[in-house]
Amino acid sequence: MAAPGGSGVSPERGTTPAGMRVLVTGIGTFWGGRAAQIIEQDPSVEIVVGLDTRAPTVPLERTEVVRADSSYSILSRLVRATEVDTILHTHLLVDSTTIGSRALHETNVIGTMNLLAAAGAPGSSVRKVVLKSSTLIYGSSPKDPYFFGEEAGRSGPARTRVERSLLEVEGYLSDFADDHPDVVVSRLRFSNVLGPDLDTPLSKALRLPVVPEIFGFDPRLQFTHQDDVLGALCFAARHDAPGIFNVAGDGTVTWSDVCRIVGRRRVPISPVGTGVAAGALRRLGIVDLPLEVLSLLRYGRGVDNRRFQEAGYRYRYTSAGTVEDFARSLRLRSTVGERQPSYRYDPGVEDFFRRSPAVVSRPSRPRPPTAG
Amino acid sequence: MEREPPDAPVIDLTETDALGRHGRELVPVPRPPNPDVADLEGKLSDVDGWGRSEHMRQLIRTVYDPIYTHWFRAEWEGLERVPTAGGALLVANHAGAIPSDAPVIMHGIEKELGRPVYGLADFFFRSLPVAGTLWSRGGGVTAHPDNAHRLLHDEGQLALVFPEGVKGPSKLYKDRYQLRRFGRGGFVETAMRAGVPIVPIAVVGAEESMPVLARSGTLARALGMPFVPFTANMAVLGPLGLFAYFPAKFKLRVLEPVNFDLPERRERYPRSRIMEESEAIRTRIQDALYDMLSRRRSVWFG
Repeated sequence: MAAPGGSGVSPERGTTPAGMRVLVTGIGTFWGGRAAQIIEQDPSVEIVVGLDTRAPTVPLERTEVVRADSSYSILSRLVRATEVDTILHTHLLVDSTTIGSRALHETNVIGTMNLLAAAGAPGSSVRKVVLKSSTLIYGSSPKDPYFFGEEAGRSGPARTRVERSLLEVEGYLSDFADDHPDVVVSRLRFSNVLGPDLDTPLSKALRLPVVPEIFGFDPRLQFTHQDDVLGALCFAARHDAPGIFNVAGDGTVTWSDVCRIVGRRRVPISPVGTGVAAGALRRLGIVDLPLEVLSLLRYGRGVDNRRFQEAGYRYRYTSAGTVEDFARSLRLRSTVGERQPSYRYDPGVEDFFRRSPAVVSRPSRPRPPTAG
Repeated sequence: MEREPPDAPVIDLTETDALGRHGRELVPVPRPPNPDVADLEGKLSDVDGWGRSEHMRQLIRTVYDPIYTHWFRAEWEGLERVPTAGGALLVANHAGAIPSDAPVIMHGIEKELGRPVYGLADFFFRSLPVAGTLWSRGGGVTAHPDNAHRLLHDEGQLALVFPEGVKGPSKLYKDRYQLRRFGRGGFVETAMRAGVPIVPIAVVGAEESMPVLARSGTLARALGMPFVPFTANMAVLGPLGLFAYFPAKFKLRVLEPVNFDLPERRERYPRSRIMEESEAIRTRIQDALYDMLSRRRSVWFG
């Protein structure tokens, strides 16, 4: 059955052959919000739908925000109604210090399961899924290779909840890719992310007046700049890059070099009973170093980042450059203080600016909004 | 369908990616914001991706050279057989409770050829505080096949491996210079996959520098160590014998390199060929050892 108007696109895929229709999960998180901000600037992107349980924290011009939980029924309805062709799944939590273990499981595993079920439903319009995963999936142990390839497995079983949930989520993704060979599935595994606008256990540790290290260990680490994370996500959204990709800035930096660049002195934690010492630091409210970060501070981790470069991505920052940029933001912050977010999401206000006839100058769009 | 170019330039869009495609960049980040290298100068140590530091190696060489020259009086034969460029897997026999052969080989080649040598060893070292970091800065790398492949194939470095593994240094003095099994020939497969030659080295002297009189399996399990030896050094020197070597004369002979004319980076290589090559290399090192021992007049003076 030919589509009306002679377009080569089958009718079940919708009648909008031109632009990308993107669904961004986790619009209320830093990553989802920033990714949507960038994607909506692209005129060839027709619609951007953002999904989260929370309100976005950054101003969005034309992204339609849907506040929903991760239950299957609303997701499948959303995918069917909006006919999105690209899903940017950024809502995968990898910082276990900010969320309880049950909520982590709900968000990561159950959320992804429902999302993929909706995306893989018969007649689905989805043609691409991009997952923001983490190199935490490889773990960190003395038996590890120094540079994990994408096909390398862990040296031992996953010990922490974050690592287990990442393994489960990626398992769903690879099943999904097997079941839907016509859908481009990109799994991006990001190494330790640092950036001016971002809090991770490592960045919190680096903000302390003295930085903890594990006595006698000086691990090799890699860092990804927050701009490279967004760049990589958008690259994968634009280009067809099926498969798994490690994303990490070139080179490795030792923890002592990281502290030197940031300009902090180090204070050693005992190599025996490190968990107890870290527990004390957490209870004192100094810094929360979860198990996966402690093993990282002991053995470090390196990944082979060449495959993503072969796919065409160019990194903006090296690992050392990422740390230097982070150090600059720290120095700025120490002078001008914490910058408070100035934006608050209000559905009424957003609706006014987007749809009210009183608004003369609308945000740039590829074409006038199609009726219906 | 072709995407239309935007009417109003939102971002600087023209950019050629690595594959020469004209792609449009989505991220409105000015390029290149990568901080200048000059800013990092003086803050970054020279530790490479493997944890090796040339400064640390230099320091170790300065401290170790008197031991190499005056204590062990190491003497090389056929050092010109070690390639001066490109990857090669150095394979040697392994002996002495705390093996003295690895530092001697690494020091000798770095001193004579000016090439770094990465010593592949058990992951046990990496799990040690302080010692593990020093080991790593000094050129130690865990013997993982992926590590060896990257070192040899991708970076064209020299890597030193002892295929006997822990069975070499843990063997008793009465079994000296009797080569143990060469693992399962993994080192041959690694060299085949990386497309590099294997350079066998026969070492005489390490056995006598720290002879193992007895070893305790129970103690090793209790301490979580690969093996716990009781050495002649401990018997003679007491606690000092934990670290102090006897001044045995070191002689090293580099044998003719082995080249495998096989396609690189195969998933798998014939098992029989691997075992055959592994056994041939083992036999050649064993024969060279017998030859060198038959010429040796004194353990201490060579």
